Amino acid sequence: MTINTKYVGKAPNRVEGPAKVTGTAKYSAEFEVPNLAYGVVVSSTIAKGRIKSIGADKVLALPGVLQVFSHENVPRQAWFDRAWKDDIAPGGSPFRPLHDDEVKFSQQPVALVVAETFELARYAAGILEVEYKEEKHETDIEQKRDEGHAPGKGKSGYKPPKSRGNANKALDEAEHRIREEYIHGTQHHNPMELYASTVHYHPDGKLTIYDKTQGVYNCQQYVAKVFGLSKDDARVINLYNGGAFGSGLRPQYELFLSVMAALELKRSVRVTLTRQQMFSIGHRPHTLQTLEMGTNPDGTLAALKHYCLHETSRFEEYTENVVNWSGMLYQCDNVHLSNQVAALDVYTPQDMRAPGAATGSFALEVAMDEMAYAAGLDPLDFRIRNYAETDQSENLPFSSKRLRDCYHLGAEKFCWSKRPMAPRSMREGNRLIGWGVAGGVWDAQMNKASAKATITADGYLTVESAAGENGTGTYTIMTQIAAETLGLPLEAVTFRLGDTNMPEAPVQGGSWTAATVGTAVQKACQALGEKLLKLAQKMDDSPLKGASLDDVEFVNGQLRLRTAPEQSVVLRDVLQTSGEREIAADSTAIPNLINMAKYSMHSHNVVFAEVMVDEDLGTVHVSRVLNVCAAGRILNQKTARSQVLGSVVWGISMALMEETVPDHRFGRYMNHNYAEYHIPVNADIHNIEVLFVEEEDPYVNPLGVKGIGELGLLGVAAAITNAVYHATGKRVRRLPIYLDKLL
Amino acid sequence: MSNSATPNTTDSPALAPPATSPVTLRINGSDMTLQLAPWTTLLDALREYAGLTGTKKGCDHGQCGSCTVLVDGKRINSCLTLAMLHEGAEITTIEGLGQEDNLHPLQQAFLDHDAFQCGYCTPGQICSAQGLINEGRAHTEDEIREMMSGNLCRCGAYVGILNAVKEVVDAQTARRQ
Amino acid sequence: MNPFTLTRAETVEGAVRDFRDSDSPAFIAGGTNIIDLMKENVARPTHLIGLNKLPLNTIEPTAEGGLRLGATATNADTAWHPEVQCRYPLLSQAILAGASPQLRNMATNGGNLMQRTRCYYFYDTATPCNKREPGSGCGAIGGYNRIHAILGASEQCIATHPSDMCIALAALEAEVHVVGPGGSRVIKFEDFHRLPGNTPERDNTLEPGELIVALELPKKGFEKHFSYLKLRDRTSYAFALVSVAAVLELDGSTIEDARLALGGVAHKPWRDKAAEALLIGQPATTSTFKKVAEAVLKDAVGQGTNDFKIELGRRAIVRALQQATAGGKASDVFLNSNP
Repeated sequence: MTINTKYVGKAPNRVEGPAKVTGTAKYSAEFEVPNLAYGVVVSSTIAKGRIKSIGADKVLALPGVLQVFSHENVPRQAWFDRAWKDDIAPGGSPFRPLHDDEVKFSQQPVALVVAETFELARYAAGILEVEYKEEKHETDIEQKRDEGHAPGKGKSGYKPPKSRGNANKALDEAEHRIREEYIHGTQHHNPMELYASTVHYHPDGKLTIYDKTQGVYNCQQYVAKVFGLSKDDARVINLYNGGAFGSGLRPQYELFLSVMAALELKRSVRVTLTRQQMFSIGHRPHTLQTLEMGTNPDGTLAALKHYCLHETSRFEEYTENVVNWSGMLYQCDNVHLSNQVAALDVYTPQDMRAPGAATGSFALEVAMDEMAYAAGLDPLDFRIRNYAETDQSENLPFSSKRLRDCYHLGAEKFCWSKRPMAPRSMREGNRLIGWGVAGGVWDAQMNKASAKATITADGYLTVESAAGENGTGTYTIMTQIAAETLGLPLEAVTFRLGDTNMPEAPVQGGSWTAATVGTAVQKACQALGEKLLKLAQKMDDSPLKGASLDDVEFVNGQLRLRTAPEQSVVLRDVLQTSGEREIAADSTAIPNLINMAKYSMHSHNVVFAEVMVDEDLGTVHVSRVLNVCAAGRILNQKTARSQVLGSVVWGISMALMEETVPDHRFGRYMNHNYAEYHIPVNADIHNIEVLFVEEEDPYVNPLGVKGIGELGLLGVAAAITNAVYHATGKRVRRLPIYLDKLL
Repeated sequence: MSNSATPNTTDSPALAPPATSPVTLRINGSDMTLQLAPWTTLLDALREYAGLTGTKKGCDHGQCGSCTVLVDGKRINSCLTLAMLHEGAEITTIEGLGQEDNLHPLQQAFLDHDAFQCGYCTPGQICSAQGLINEGRAHTEDEIREMMSGNLCRCGAYVGILNAVKEVVDAQTARRQ
Repeated sequence: MNPFTLTRAETVEGAVRDFRDSDSPAFIAGGTNIIDLMKENVARPTHLIGLNKLPLNTIEPTAEGGLRLGATATNADTAWHPEVQCRYPLLSQAILAGASPQLRNMATNGGNLMQRTRCYYFYDTATPCNKREPGSGCGAIGGYNRIHAILGASEQCIATHPSDMCIALAALEAEVHVVGPGGSRVIKFEDFHRLPGNTPERDNTLEPGELIVALELPKKGFEKHFSYLKLRDRTSYAFALVSVAAVLELDGSTIEDARLALGGVAHKPWRDKAAEALLIGQPATTSTFKKVAEAVLKDAVGQGTNDFKIELGRRAIVRALQQATAGGKASDVFLNSNP
């Protein structure tokens, strides 16, 4: 039977899907380890101050309570900040759990109660009396409008925005002008899985740590440095991550606490955070953004100014690229960009799906809509008139960019040409109908990663790299790449990930995993292929003698000559003839720095949204969303589509309901649960369509892939906001668009 | 169903941990005897005592549906009930619906429609969908959306979930006709 | 969560006796609220009395032509019961507008009445709350109060009652049958829940140890003209910002009888009989409805974040009355609580 082993670009089901749908996929809190104790975290009730006392005695008197860890008895750890810095840490001094009596943010972990059972630890944590001396806190960015400052370059990936031309002068001379402020509140990642760590304490004192993380190596180096362990002593594993969206890029405090407790108690420990505590581990920062724009008489942009102020903590300078995108999405010669931060008594914000761009594109793309209306232009036409053929911010050509095709395809599918320009011109009974458009741009990134490929005598291939699987499809696309590279059926290939005993991969974020790990997997398989070719050539009567790797192809479990496919050998025969039980090859892939210097590498999208707004009651129903993405090559149509579908759900959430609400009197988030921190339910989601305009991109990386995990979120909230304006004539500039904003 | 007791003051001494006793639960067709105290929820009994970690803890407060299991065929949130209250009941978890080499039609439909990403809410979604089918009230897309709204999915796989559940509901309806 | 002992009552008398004889007891039926509150350390009973073995889960007609809903019948079984759907579709619709299918399969009718507020401050033991800890102050006043009361609040408490089912029961004028240490009694629905006043720790008028055994619906079910309209921050599985239960009896276009109850606006299901009376004998028109809406909200006071509820409440009343006028079918109860 001939099997087609061309898998890349097709839509196979997730290879790890059966494990997920049957409940056998193991998440971090689910590994059975012997002699397990349970730790429950006690969180501070104040936002700032000192811990006066920890009433551990009453709790320790309970039979079955093993220890109460706090700053009073925490063992000594590394002294210097650099030991506490993980790969993703911004500038400043990382938070050290239980370090001293200082409380820096509300819900800071102040103690860990460890007991024989979860229920007992929870009870003991619930009655632990902690006394505080409260100090005055500040948690409101609105009160810090005049205290913003330009951040340093401490955080990797942060690019201080570049201005060009003379925006003020061009604005003065512009035909039409707008200037508005756009605001969104704090958001929390809230993956479904609670942060948890199960630390298996082995008899020899070594640890196997099952942690919820997007980067096992990042956690290993953190644990090793903080606790002074050798890397051999701390193996970190994450086989399945129940959602992360950036929250697992940095080690979270359950990792520190569980490892500390395991080392002290010399037994296995599991620490699982509560949903409430999930609001204490980093968040998308509250931002205040101001956009100014002006147009020339021909509808081109004369000037653009984008200013952002966002929060950071007192101890770290978190930054994100909020305004940079405004310098590259549209052609404009006079651009002024400024990004500032202000420190508050909150935990350090953390990258959350499309950090900076999700929020920056909201402000930019609503402003573009406002500008289009001010200039009397159709909002899509306005964007096309200002199409950026090159990346003006870097003064580089794009490695590929088919956004224009996205605009045209999307407009056709959505029937955009039937849209009347005037707001309030479409209705159905009580419901006002509106259509909006918006979009965005995101980095196509690649990092360094390694992979190892091993084929056994029975013809089965195993490839491994310490990447992550957050639901993004890593297992599946890596299996596809490996199977196609060596011409094997998918069933004969296993991709393994998430273990520091495997070759290193970077944290799973930035939409770079497909490019980064995918390239490493491809290279390792190619290296293995080369070894297989050499072995094949040693076979008696080998038809491949003298052929180079370029002369052959791996198809359908065979190695054959490209020019004469009938000249082939069966891979399994090669292995068996060789007498080897297995053959392995490893490889490290690094980005092409020359191409990176020559080209601007980005993905783009455009989103069309239809809303129905109840005229009297203000409720918004998102009836239709079309998201058209240009993100290079699509490796798996099914998982890529799911990524974008999920992004649209995120965008609907951001537009209509999602916000962490603080009470600044207490410096505390008040809706810290899934009942009051609203994310969409099934009934909120209706017709969503995803289209890909594939790009041939020979420069971005050998696979031609740009990543799809974040792009799809861009522009969704703005398209909905613009559609609400089109429906109602009301311009909302503060998310979310709760119904009361439309009354 | 009466006003509950006033909270204890915090200066009262700690209460002794509760005694445990053997509790026999009928899970996925087999009896399993676990040593439990009254304060163990059905969810924790499954995950921490019975080794059945397919049932997930997403919020522990009845706000997400990840812990959905079937008790006597009805879907419930296992985090908001005590294990001891379910002696004698027929408890079905995701492990009881199907296995990797013997997928339940809902599990196959979720796989085919890519009705999940991270997979963490998935067992709860599938158990909830089986409960929906047992109830037999949701047929149209809007009805399924509403009756699957007790299960949050942060990855946002709702389109796939709807299509997967609809496919199985339709197939069952067709079989009955 | 406290350590506690657990017993399962076989009889109502046994349950009441067990409660009387125990320290810090509480009843548990569906458990959906009390387990949640115990995990949050908001409720700390040390003895739980399980009620699910009690023979109180039936739904049957009363001699007076009404319907008796057993206290331990689940919300789901009640909402889908043919008699309820047919004769009291408002109640079905309201129940189905609340919580999720899973929670409705667990939650009981008696327990629904006993639900405590969703006030953020009540739930968060790090903040003051007079309902949770009398005398500690009200965090919601001057704080984040999107889901809080605009009617009948006090300086001690601005919490709202979270139930949907109870809003329909208020409109239908159900009776609450209870048994306690002092015997049995019947409480009119409007007298069951109370306003916070100076004792916000008390949600209702039950005496200690009294147990709800049944709810009785009167004969009149308003099955032709009903509407339960629920406005919330997402389409499903969310508590009401404002909800309205409206039922009408019409003679042609003239209103013969009407009831109106509001959820999400007060410490109890809110009825304003004086305002309702403005409907009687009037034509079922938008202008009539607007007058009534004005009257219901005339004393409403916003607390800051929830100021919008006053105008939203007016508009919701008008819409619910319009929908009730247009008439409903029993089959509409499935999805129609959303506008």
